[in-house]
Amino acid sequence: MLSCPAPLDHRDVVEMAHGGGGRKTARLIETLFAPAFRNPHLEPLGDGAIVTVGGERLAFTTDTFVVTPAFFPGGDIGSLAVHGTVNDLAMCGAEPLFLSAGYLLEEGFPMRDLERVVASMAAACRAVGVSLVTGDTKVVDRGKGDGIYVNTSGVGRVRDGVSVGPGRAAAGDAVIVSGPVGDHGIAVMAAREGIDFETTLVSDSAPVVALVRALLDAVADTHVLRDPTRGGLATALCEIALSSNVGIRLEEAEIPVREEVRGACELLGFDPLYVACEGRFLAIVPGEHADRALAAIRSQPGGEGARRIGSVVAEDPGRLVLRTRIGSHRLLERLSGEQLPRIC
Amino acid sequence: MRHVDEYRDPAAVEAVVRRIHATVTRPWTLMEVCGGQTHSILKFGMDELLPENVRLVHGPGCPVCVTPLELIDRAIAIASRPDVTFCSFGDMLRVPGSRDDLLKVKARGGDVRIVYSPLDALRLARQHPERKVVFFAVGFETTAPANAMAVHRAKAEGLANFSVLVAHVLVPPALEALLASDDSQIQGLLAPGHVCAVTGYRDYEPVSEKHRIPIVVTGFEPLDLLNGVLAAVTQLERGEARVENQYARVVAREGNPAAQRMIEDVFVVSDRSWRGLGEIPKSGYALSPRYAAFDAERVFDVGGITVSEPEACRAGLVLQGRLRPTDCPEFGTRCTPEHPLGATMVSTEGACAAYFHYRRGPRETAAAAG
Repeated sequence: MLSCPAPLDHRDVVEMAHGGGGRKTARLIETLFAPAFRNPHLEPLGDGAIVTVGGERLAFTTDTFVVTPAFFPGGDIGSLAVHGTVNDLAMCGAEPLFLSAGYLLEEGFPMRDLERVVASMAAACRAVGVSLVTGDTKVVDRGKGDGIYVNTSGVGRVRDGVSVGPGRAAAGDAVIVSGPVGDHGIAVMAAREGIDFETTLVSDSAPVVALVRALLDAVADTHVLRDPTRGGLATALCEIALSSNVGIRLEEAEIPVREEVRGACELLGFDPLYVACEGRFLAIVPGEHADRALAAIRSQPGGEGARRIGSVVAEDPGRLVLRTRIGSHRLLERLSGEQLPRIC
Repeated sequence: MRHVDEYRDPAAVEAVVRRIHATVTRPWTLMEVCGGQTHSILKFGMDELLPENVRLVHGPGCPVCVTPLELIDRAIAIASRPDVTFCSFGDMLRVPGSRDDLLKVKARGGDVRIVYSPLDALRLARQHPERKVVFFAVGFETTAPANAMAVHRAKAEGLANFSVLVAHVLVPPALEALLASDDSQIQGLLAPGHVCAVTGYRDYEPVSEKHRIPIVVTGFEPLDLLNGVLAAVTQLERGEARVENQYARVVAREGNPAAQRMIEDVFVVSDRSWRGLGEIPKSGYALSPRYAAFDAERVFDVGGITVSEPEACRAGLVLQGRLRPTDCPEFGTRCTPEHPLGATMVSTEGACAAYFHYRRGPRETAAAAG
């Protein structure tokens, strides 16, 4: 994806930004992980791998959850761990089938909290219709962890006739988002210690499986699916523009952002286009099917807020350009480092 | 969203843009002083809307960017101590010192924390009497009252484990230094609205008079900035030069007296060296001798750390409005937010960061707009 990855500096140490989902994460993957494990299934670097077993196309993905606080308005680390992985499978055009769970627990973590996390995971699995079929538990000494981390992996069956991928966006396509962006990031920020910030906002953490199913029923030739998690909507679309070697134009006025999210972003110095969602997805579909795609997503609970927010063009390949509300233009880059607050 | 949307209204924006176009008959060069304004201008693409002969150059109003290298090295020396909890606003962590930045100190095990208010650092000091809690007091006059308040409270509470590393700078002396240079091309100034909310704008009146240049106290929203530009070019076209207040909904001529009293209680005006601009007399704050016990430079004896600024980085020229970030040969190649040569590339208010994030070059933007 990066045209010329600079080699890693061996004197370097891991920084928070390496896990931020932005440019540093991309560089780490492209310079360390991808070359070490190189194979055709890994190559597309999508949300999950597509492998063929006995003539059946399977999607396989994994995700690790370190959210703090572990309980936040609208969700917790347990439900999030299920939603994150089933959504990654959905983004491969797959129906989720099986999950695994790995728990990394810190000595002293309240058993009651663990019960809450597990109950929430179980409820999330039932809601999606996915089975958690294997797991693992490890405990580290007090002070060597941060309460609880959860890993989930998932396997799903890719739908027949569906072939989505980050490299398939083409000029003339429409860009659709399934609902307002940034709720999750801001809800978690607001719940975090040290920020005295009251909001009624809840995380958007939710499975998008039913919405994607409705979309693919309506438009099997959907080109790209992507959930705008870390790095937000802008980073996800930048990566698609790069992978597909196309330009993407966005209309700021069309991008749904809740008032509470906009307000919090103004105060904290964030840009909502870079704030994580955990229950939204981006769909890139042929322009002529845009209305059908929108209607299908909107027909599902949780999809009512879907909007067409932009178009794919041939000009400016690799670039994401936003037309602002006041009619000017600005380039959107991948998230650089982590979002940091302004100082004056 | 109230209090924001009305200042971003497309129809109102268009009306002011039309008035600017109708007013301007000659080329004018204006400097917006504050980095927050620079970011607004680029984020909203406002320079695209202005007549071609109105040139905006970007000023030194990014406190993170003008903090001298040696102060960052002193911060790194303090933050690396095992007994210290070092608190800072987020931007400062990524600013390169002569070898490292504070994020690297954190990654190597230093207790470096991002806080959103100096009072959060004070709270940490209360909660952890066994730790030496240091707050990196960076900023212009805007952040000075809250930082002063933290020191004032620490003294009142007898918190002996709290101290501040002071890097406060003042706007008017820097403007004076920029305008006094022989080849200054600046014909009008948009003064920083948030600084003036604290200090008022009386100090800008002698600057305007002496250099015969319009100074418009300006806010940060698109309409604020465009109205600021309109006021400045209207004065210029009429041959006027005075201080005007575009940001009257926030700024009064006298400023905020309570905030000023807090500053005067804790700080004294001192000479400061600015990254990129050099030593400017009476251009910053230092802790008043009454609060010397809270001065981290004294507590940790780091005054001996001195380094000179590197040659390669041209951030100084950028900070003076003499070099457009995209005209720097290192921009976007050797110098990026991940591998910055200078602070202007990492700070959320740095001009180079604004250009990097919102556009990669004027030509490309023109193409994108087409």
